[in-house]
Amino acid sequence: QVSAALKEGRVTPMELCQQCLSLIKSTKFLNAYITIAEETALKQAEASEERYKRGQPLGVLDGIPVAVKDNFNTAGIETTCASNMLRGYISPYNATVVQKLLDQGAVLLGKTNLDEFAMGSGSTDGVFGPVRNPWSYSKQYKEKSVPKSHSEDKESNWVITGGSSGGSAAAVSSFTCFAALGSDTGGSTRNPAAHCGVVGLKPTYGLISRHGLIPLVNSMDVPGILTRCVDDAAVVLGSLAGHDPKDSTTIQDNFKPFELPSLTDVSKLSIGIPKEYHAPGLSGEILALWSKAADLFRNAGAKVVEVSLPHTCYSIVCYHVLCTAEVASNMARFDGLEYGHRSDMNESTESMYAATRREGFNDVVRGRILSGNYFLLKQNYEKYFVKAQKVRRLIANDFVKVFQSGVDVLLTPTTLSDAAPYKEFIKEDNRTRSAQNDILTQAANMAGLPAINVPTALSERGLPLGLQFIGRSFQEQQLLTVAKWFEKQVQFPMIQLEEVKRHDHDVFQHEKSASF
Amino acid sequence: MAARGCGGAWRRGWQRGRTLPGPAPGPFPRGQRVVACNARGGAVPAGKSGLAPWVPVVGLEIHAQISSNSKLFSGSQVQFAAPPNSLVSFFDASLPGTLPVLNRRCVEAAVMTGLALNCSINKKSLFDRKHYFYADLPAGYQITQQRVPIAVNGSLSYSLCIDNKMSQMVTKTVRIKQIQLEQDSGKSLHDDTRSQTLVDLNRAGVGLMEVVMEPDMCCGEEAAAAVRELQLILQTLGSSQAVMAEGQLRVDANVSVHHPGEPYGVRTEVKNINSIRFLAKAVDYEIQRQIEELENGGTILNETRAFDSKLGCTVPMRDKEGKQDYRFMPEPNLPPLILYDAKSLPANMNHQQVINIDWIHERLPDLPSVKREKLVEQYGILPEHSFALLNEDGLAEFYENVVKQTRMKPKRVIGWVLNDLLSYLKQHSLTVKESPVSSFLLADLLNLLEKKEISSTAAKQVLAELWKGEGKTPLEIVKEQKLQLLQDQKELEQICQAVIDRQENE
Repeated sequence: QVSAALKEGRVTPMELCQQCLSLIKSTKFLNAYITIAEETALKQAEASEERYKRGQPLGVLDGIPVAVKDNFNTAGIETTCASNMLRGYISPYNATVVQKLLDQGAVLLGKTNLDEFAMGSGSTDGVFGPVRNPWSYSKQYKEKSVPKSHSEDKESNWVITGGSSGGSAAAVSSFTCFAALGSDTGGSTRNPAAHCGVVGLKPTYGLISRHGLIPLVNSMDVPGILTRCVDDAAVVLGSLAGHDPKDSTTIQDNFKPFELPSLTDVSKLSIGIPKEYHAPGLSGEILALWSKAADLFRNAGAKVVEVSLPHTCYSIVCYHVLCTAEVASNMARFDGLEYGHRSDMNESTESMYAATRREGFNDVVRGRILSGNYFLLKQNYEKYFVKAQKVRRLIANDFVKVFQSGVDVLLTPTTLSDAAPYKEFIKEDNRTRSAQNDILTQAANMAGLPAINVPTALSERGLPLGLQFIGRSFQEQQLLTVAKWFEKQVQFPMIQLEEVKRHDHDVFQHEKSASF
Repeated sequence: MAARGCGGAWRRGWQRGRTLPGPAPGPFPRGQRVVACNARGGAVPAGKSGLAPWVPVVGLEIHAQISSNSKLFSGSQVQFAAPPNSLVSFFDASLPGTLPVLNRRCVEAAVMTGLALNCSINKKSLFDRKHYFYADLPAGYQITQQRVPIAVNGSLSYSLCIDNKMSQMVTKTVRIKQIQLEQDSGKSLHDDTRSQTLVDLNRAGVGLMEVVMEPDMCCGEEAAAAVRELQLILQTLGSSQAVMAEGQLRVDANVSVHHPGEPYGVRTEVKNINSIRFLAKAVDYEIQRQIEELENGGTILNETRAFDSKLGCTVPMRDKEGKQDYRFMPEPNLPPLILYDAKSLPANMNHQQVINIDWIHERLPDLPSVKREKLVEQYGILPEHSFALLNEDGLAEFYENVVKQTRMKPKRVIGWVLNDLLSYLKQHSLTVKESPVSSFLLADLLNLLEKKEISSTAAKQVLAELWKGEGKTPLEIVKEQKLQLLQDQKELEQICQAVIDRQENE
């Protein structure tokens, strides 16, 4: 919609950009952004405006304000990964996906907040503080929340965004941008998407270039796409996917961007419901919602079957071993020598390294490095790392078998419950929380499959609940088509935010979700 | 070939099967124990001392810098002695978010080398990360091939002279365990006065081929000969320029000793060897040191030692104490390296994207051993001569050019090239390219000799004059110095008579 508006001249890129920038300022309390690239964004908007005037926009994304998670390299703009280790680090190059967005004319508003080095499921453990879920301030949530006492104000009851791409999810959810990039290693795009009521797409591993994405787990990371509707996700996917010679793990085949058909007949579709995803701790609400969704498909004529992914229960442990091992390796480069934080300790190279790393990394990162190094020790390698690789193969094979049996798409919950209040969330440590929350999303990363969160309904507390679809490798078109159909059926309500209402512009007013 | 490579001065002090006649050069331990190598590295019974014989065992790990325009995983240039940190890409500096991209030329170089060393080329090989912290390793890990390297199970044949004479050569073989591709590290310079370390990353990420030679060698001479032959092969292939002085070829030696019939002894690793000559010295010193140590009731530590070229001995290296666990892990950013041959090549593949082993094999140049055979066959020279010709850069070509331009038999020419020309070059530390006497000039001179216009002695005189490089032709010099052979019988008689007359008058 907004793209059409730009084309028709009902709104200009400059106006759009300025609106978003001012909205960012008025929603500062969300702490969704680490860096706001105001100057460059305005310049980009200006250039876009020129192009529209000449009737030569670069594409659908020309002039569209976007935000990027702060673990993507952006030339000339600080890239911190929410860590002291990279505070003040100005990247000299753009990540491939960032470059692609810019080449399409998108306007980069800023870098969004995250858990330090993308380790976490709450976006609470970065050095710039936690991200607040915009829904905490929504009419829907406030109406449902029972104030415990008069003195308690809304400030203390806010809920988390989920993580680790919480900043990006919050940015999209609060209308400060139209699309955002996150990353997804164990669910880091889908989890916050579910909690913030936005679409979160994890593409197939190897479809989108990771060049410039500061890695967590190289064999599982993918750039994630967060938008307000499925069509938008398809558009962004189309502009990002494809082989990158700078990333040897991208597939060689040519990628053809697609437009999503509006599916009307689902009778040929087979939806799988994996029974193991009825995980411990799954809230009654979500269970009911999941069931309702299955019924929705069934009633529309689709074939809905229960399937089994028997190795699901091992995925968390397996993930833990492989993730920490890769983290230990990937973090080895942070020694303060070439870039980033360097400690003042200078008695010896080794003591400088040790001090730099102690000062630069938070406990979560250091914990994972230590675990990872333990698993990689010669005497442990076979027992843990190789074993985990084997289990990973089994998990991936579970999916292969299920898809081979005729199932097109799997339907599962995305999270165990709606967003927790921050005060509750921080009662458990990062590792515990991650282990609890990753269980529904993490297997898709192990198997490299595409998966998407679609906002479905509001919980009893007035917070978003989402459901997840998992598709076959490189079958994003099918996956997104099904997701789009589902989205249309459920008609997830728009967030009602005071701050947004004040921005009286037709771009921000619409019945359903905003779309390009 | 091998004898010269080993360094004449040192060899004089170390003779096979005999104890030293006088004080040993360098700090060799007293009472040289007898160690000798026979055809397969076995021990020879001890001499007068009557002690049990020792079998030395020497293996080598050789790192050869690949001759390529850009580095193994990044596009930055490869160049020796460039300004510090001027050839460093984002990836080389380990900037976060950068990824490795494999350099095709480096893979080809490794395949060529593997084929030349009779290896099986693994059609599928893998990359791994080897972790350790050091200032010249920006990523905190090196990308190497630990699990499945690109080539395995090869062999290298090399030759040695026996008994200090050039006349008897024996051929030996050393097994090549594997060849693996890996990254070179940067360079660090320790500045102790200012308590700082300076790091230059120009070399970080340059492609290396690590060639692992099994412990089939038994002394410094064999090690040196093997390395020399490998060097020639690499230079012939063009896969590495293999110049040790520029760090393009680095050798680490693994040395141990044991009694025959007993299991191998504890080995030490000797590093910091900067030339082939020093390699032989270092290995022999270490063998002796270990023997001394064990015979005095000591034990050998499994340690890394550095060769001190000034003192001619090995010393423990301080910063490599204790065993390192490198925490090997597969490199997740590089898919397995798949190579094809004519049979397995898929029909519709882009030629740019694949490497065909058979195609490379067909285009391998003649290896040194083949070249030597051809020289012997074509010119009737001795094998030792062919070694000497190939041992010096450009000498074989020089020789062949002389042969082409002269009527003198190649068998005679060889003496002039190897004895007169080469010794002169060596005396003045010149390369063949720098020779003031061109092949044309030498051929010209030899033609005069062949036509019997001058004597052999005269020819040597002319040659001495030619070295001055004054641009005179041999004929001109002959005329100047009146060196022509007199053919006229009568004239000769007159001169002889004159000499006799003079003598009678005194």
